[in-house]
Amino acid sequence: MKSATLTTNHLPKQKQLKWGFWFLIIAILFGWAFAGVPFHGFQNSAAEISKSIMYGIFHPDWAYVYDGSGEDLVGLTLQTLAMAFLGTFISALLSVPFAFWAARKGSQRIHLRSTSGKVVLTLIRTFPEIVLAIMFIKAVGPGSFAGVLAVSVHSIGMLGKLFSESIENMDGGPGEALTSAGGNHAQTLTFATLPTVIPEFLSYTLYRFEIAVRSASILGMVGAGGIGTPLLFAIQTRSWSRVGIILLGIIVTVTLIDFVSGSIRKRLV
Amino acid sequence: MNEVPKRSFVQRIHLKLIIWLGLFIGLVYWTASLTGVNLVMFFENFDQFTALLDKMARPDWSYTQLVINPILQTVQMALIGTTIGTLIAIPFSVLAARNIVKNPFIRTIIRFILNLVRTLPDLMLAALFVAIVGIGPIAGVFTLAVFSFGMISKLFYEAIETIDEGPLEALQATGANRSQVVIFAVIPQVFNYFISYFLYTFEINVRASTVLGYLGAGGIGVYLQRSLNEFAYDKTAIIILAILVVVLIIDTISNTMRERLL
Repeated sequence: MKSATLTTNHLPKQKQLKWGFWFLIIAILFGWAFAGVPFHGFQNSAAEISKSIMYGIFHPDWAYVYDGSGEDLVGLTLQTLAMAFLGTFISALLSVPFAFWAARKGSQRIHLRSTSGKVVLTLIRTFPEIVLAIMFIKAVGPGSFAGVLAVSVHSIGMLGKLFSESIENMDGGPGEALTSAGGNHAQTLTFATLPTVIPEFLSYTLYRFEIAVRSASILGMVGAGGIGTPLLFAIQTRSWSRVGIILLGIIVTVTLIDFVSGSIRKRLV
Repeated sequence: MNEVPKRSFVQRIHLKLIIWLGLFIGLVYWTASLTGVNLVMFFENFDQFTALLDKMARPDWSYTQLVINPILQTVQMALIGTTIGTLIAIPFSVLAARNIVKNPFIRTIIRFILNLVRTLPDLMLAALFVAIVGIGPIAGVFTLAVFSFGMISKLFYEAIETIDEGPLEALQATGANRSQVVIFAVIPQVFNYFISYFLYTFEINVRASTVLGYLGAGGIGVYLQRSLNEFAYDKTAIIILAILVVVLIIDTISNTMRERLL
């Protein structure tokens, strides 16, 4: 007891105040947060449903894996992967001009072109992907095409940012060498800038593909194709062994894609 | 004298590049047919998409007042969810760290579980938790807790693996047991990283939590779904603007704090 009071007295007054201040802020924040999320207990069936889900995961509906209709797990997983692949591919192409727009040369903090490009990329990144999917469903009808479009537009936000950062951090030497040898703008771009940044671009695109596989698997929940549609349907109709097999399918697919893409990325950069 | 190095036939016609390109184009074509890409329809119906954007460009400002409370609830959900996820993640990350747990068997099992958790997308967890605990923000809190648990435990154990071994050895030499080593040698070294990763995960959770309500898991997403179902795009625009403002504020606060910490 005595030693405890001694140690606190050794702390400078300012430090004590600082810790007290942060403690108070954190306490107020959490008090506020808990007040906003009212807790009235779980619904009565919660334990039973969790048990059923566990049962479903350990007794999956194997018949759903492949039945030749194209509406089975294999068919829809392939469709999900196709959505992610095509969406990421289109997005990578669209991101290149955005990246050059947002990339900054020199050290000034605010630059009209680059700052405006960065703001646009932030806007795209924050726009929820499922809202985009719903908007595209209005235009092209429900189905995986809407999902492809949603992935391709939403991914620009992140890919454009990553691409522009790798342009900013690029080695300027080759470009200067070409300029001093009389190369024009287009020649510097094709023979110095692009060869320098393309391995990084590819690596980021693969990384984004991994994320796109995850998001493509949930876009179906709003009607944009892929494995999400039957999953939501199975949850709503409480067919837990169907939920189990779809969850297993997603876990295996995502793990496999992460592994393959990760090993390719290691070789690229 | 100065001979130009000769390239083989295969190199001269860029055979490898052509094969890869061919495979790639084939893959693009195949995936396009698999997803039913229909460019004619896309360009014919593009005016519907622009009409939609046009409606969104004229937001219904009077709706702003109604949006404030649900968006704050979203932030509250994210804060509680991230905190619960972090608290569960701490023991798991200690068990998954190579320099703390020398037993490869335990480590592999823990990492396997963490990898499994990380493969599940957020909305899928939301759909499951809405089925389990019922519609409402509690489902959202659970979703975010599990989602951030997977992410934060990986960041944490990687941080633990980079620490300086010296203090650990010093404590062990004076006869400290395992938990004392963790509390007095590991935690002081990684504390700032933990806070920084907590804030980073919180940022991501705020973004994620805005759409969870779409499946009934509370917060602004409920209103988002309602406005989209009613085709009230002027209200949707307000909601998206509100999300943007909140995400930018949270990102700025969290970034400044993280820069100061590290």
